[in-house]
Amino acid sequence: MKKIGKTFKIGGDVVIRDVYTIAGPKEAEGPLKDKFDMVIDDDLWGEDSWEKCELKLQKTAAENLKNRNNLLNSNIDLLISGDLLNQITSSTYAARDLELPYIGVYGACSTMTLTMGLGAMIIDGGFAENVICVTSSHFCSAERQFRLPLEMGGQRHASAQWTVTGSAAVWLSNSGQGPKIKHVTFGKIVDLGVKDANNMGAAMAPAAYSSLNQHLKDTAIDYDLIVTGDLGTVGKAIVNKMFNEDNNSIESKYDDCGTIIYDIEKQDVHAGGSGCGCSATVFGSFLYKKLLNNEIKNLLFTATGALHSTTASLQGESIPGIAHCLGIEM
Amino acid sequence: MNYVMSFLVGGTICLIGQIIIDTFKKNNAYLLVLLVITGALLGFLGVYDKLVEIGHSGATVPLLGFGNSLAKGAMEEAGEKGFMGALSGGVIKTAPGVAAALLFGYIISVIFNPKGDK
Amino acid sequence: MKYNKDNYQKLVDEFTPKNKMLRNCIMAFIIGGAICVVGEIINDSFVAWLGISDDEASPMTSVVLVGLSALLTGLGWYDKLGKIGGAGTVVPITGFANSVVSPALEHKREGFILGTAANIFKLAGPVLVFGYLASFIAGLLSMAFK
Repeated sequence: MKKIGKTFKIGGDVVIRDVYTIAGPKEAEGPLKDKFDMVIDDDLWGEDSWEKCELKLQKTAAENLKNRNNLLNSNIDLLISGDLLNQITSSTYAARDLELPYIGVYGACSTMTLTMGLGAMIIDGGFAENVICVTSSHFCSAERQFRLPLEMGGQRHASAQWTVTGSAAVWLSNSGQGPKIKHVTFGKIVDLGVKDANNMGAAMAPAAYSSLNQHLKDTAIDYDLIVTGDLGTVGKAIVNKMFNEDNNSIESKYDDCGTIIYDIEKQDVHAGGSGCGCSATVFGSFLYKKLLNNEIKNLLFTATGALHSTTASLQGESIPGIAHCLGIEM
Repeated sequence: MNYVMSFLVGGTICLIGQIIIDTFKKNNAYLLVLLVITGALLGFLGVYDKLVEIGHSGATVPLLGFGNSLAKGAMEEAGEKGFMGALSGGVIKTAPGVAAALLFGYIISVIFNPKGDK
Repeated sequence: MKYNKDNYQKLVDEFTPKNKMLRNCIMAFIIGGAICVVGEIINDSFVAWLGISDDEASPMTSVVLVGLSALLTGLGWYDKLGKIGGAGTVVPITGFANSVVSPALEHKREGFILGTAANIFKLAGPVLVFGYLASFIAGLLSMAFK
């Protein structure tokens, strides 16, 4: 059994060979500006709608990843991708052009670690040698679907987060050099009744705590760095408080992609970044490179997602949170 | 003097709206609905006209004034034509504003493209 | 985990930043008041230059304000004003116009009939439904109490 507690142990080699990141204009003004592989200048990128721009992000990230590594479609066994839009539109239409065997998944903003975790298990099971995992989000297309029209006047609440425009494509392989995925913990849905769509970090924090706790208990590994996906300032503070109350503080080695990607004070993003692209681009441009450069020897990477729909919210439902953990070692 | 009163009355109504937004954190559509119903109620009670006398545009420009016009229109027409007046009076009185929003809105949408916010 | 649906909200409230209500209220007062003053200037101009009666000038003022708001929304400026002014830009009739134009504009890419036209009252529709309902009830009641 390749399982300890609720955590899957990846026995063989699953190497993260390369990650290609594309970021939007606002992200390119943030602290990670020099670290993205590609930056787009405006939110349409030559397309005639934001939705089409988002699928172009995914497609370009995957294609540039292939080209940079001289990968051919014949070498790639599987494409696993997902995004925020209804019917995971961006992923599906990008997959249409990529012409690879395709598994589309929905994990809201937890998609990056969900796809990588699935890919790792499929490779470790011997069913595939090379898998590409892709995800994306776009501020305008997400805002349209989940909130109000962009031209509508009004203010964002202080706890609201800013959806990252960006995409990352990850190449997982059963051979080669690079950081390896060693453990995968798929979280359970935790919903403590938060209904405020302007406070996603608070809605997802209990799920993040639950998954992190499970993973740390199962593996008993002392990670150099623990990073969650898009909890923002509010969710990050809650997670810290929850661990502190257990007398198991992680504060000194814990961070959140939503607070890394933007300069929160200067960029007027309120509680920080969110969206599938948030954890994806921060992982590819920043965390992955830390591993490669041996700045850290292991990383617990946990993307977090809010699995609500606007229909469910209007019907009075609260926001179900989820978090999936990847234990990555150099 | 009218300008000062417009500013003060209109500003105060908006300030109350801001308190409602920041307290209840609901979609702005809720605030708009609340304003139009409140305006209609105040119009029905005959209170709002007194505010219009004091505040001029400060009272007619906010959506409360729209609700007031609706109620007053329906009441005036109901007095003359009965049931059919009650049905159509409010609509007739506010038709210019609604028609303008509809037509200008459509024309603007044809001319301009939506802009994102980077 | 020691938290459940009953006690978690307390923890959330502890860490959730409050909106800057005082600043927001001051800005709403100033911007909202200013929009009303613009309305008063337009109204006075109609009366003074075109010799229109006060009663007729009021709906004309609404039409002009709605037109201005629609234009500013199309240019992408009204949402920037809204970010500063908050309720000051929502409460006036210009906010109603903004709530008509913004979904219409945003759905343009789904076509002019099922996109723009079908969504034009997405946000303002409720205002009209409840407004007309309230006015109908007011009319009926005024008949009953006459």
